[in-house]
Amino acid sequence: MNVRNYVRFEFFSIPENIAFARSCVGAFASQLDCTLEDVEEIKLVVSEAVSNCIIHGYENNPTQMITVIVSIDDHGVLEIVVEDRGRGIEDLPRAMEATYSSDPTRMGLGFTFMKSFTDDMQVDTAPGKGTTVRLRRSFLKNEEALA
Amino acid sequence: MSLEFKKVRSTLVVRVSGEMDMLIADKMRAEIDKRIDDRNIKNLVLNLEKVTFMDSSGLGVVIGRYKRITAKQGRMFIVGARPQVEKILFFSGVNRLVPLYKSEQEVINI
Repeated sequence: MNVRNYVRFEFFSIPENIAFARSCVGAFASQLDCTLEDVEEIKLVVSEAVSNCIIHGYENNPTQMITVIVSIDDHGVLEIVVEDRGRGIEDLPRAMEATYSSDPTRMGLGFTFMKSFTDDMQVDTAPGKGTTVRLRRSFLKNEEALA
Repeated sequence: MSLEFKKVRSTLVVRVSGEMDMLIADKMRAEIDKRIDDRNIKNLVLNLEKVTFMDSSGLGVVIGRYKRITAKQGRMFIVGARPQVEKILFFSGVNRLVPLYKSEQEVINI
């Protein structure tokens, strides 16, 4: 499988950068044959992944770095990787439960949204080492339909 | 993000513009809460016509205000949610707690 396009960017773990990250990935995704609705869903999952890094990974420490890598392969699959080098997740199955949140002001739906609006989600985490979320979504059907 | 407030008898109408994410969540929570804590306010109408994006942090603001207003026996309504915002409200089940209407006028006529 060949990578058709690839972008990697890094930014401070501050809430101001959430909109930046989702807009960048949304713009990148729009080169695929996707609908505006698809782009909105992509922006949502990026927003959730980056918010998790800031709140949970770095516990609102603004001087840490978040990395976002997006790529498109020649089968029309968009891959989004969001990584932090923060505290990691101790109990991953629990963190993935809908409505579980260690922060009472949030809905605890971050992972649920990420899982629901992509085709595949993989989370690699280790306490004290950080978390990498890898999300994949195929736009193959859309591309084939136009071919 | 900007907030515009209007009081109609015992109902507080909040018109929100912009994107509802973690960046604005704290400010929005604080601005709305200091007004709904007024004992003359019983109900809350959240007008989301101009909200272009909402994630789970934005949803947290909605559900938190719902809890606060129902704790004082009031009612909450959402009006004018765009399709992408409406999808999030339905997906999370928030629509089962907070009814959605097309316009402020529709709610006022209830």
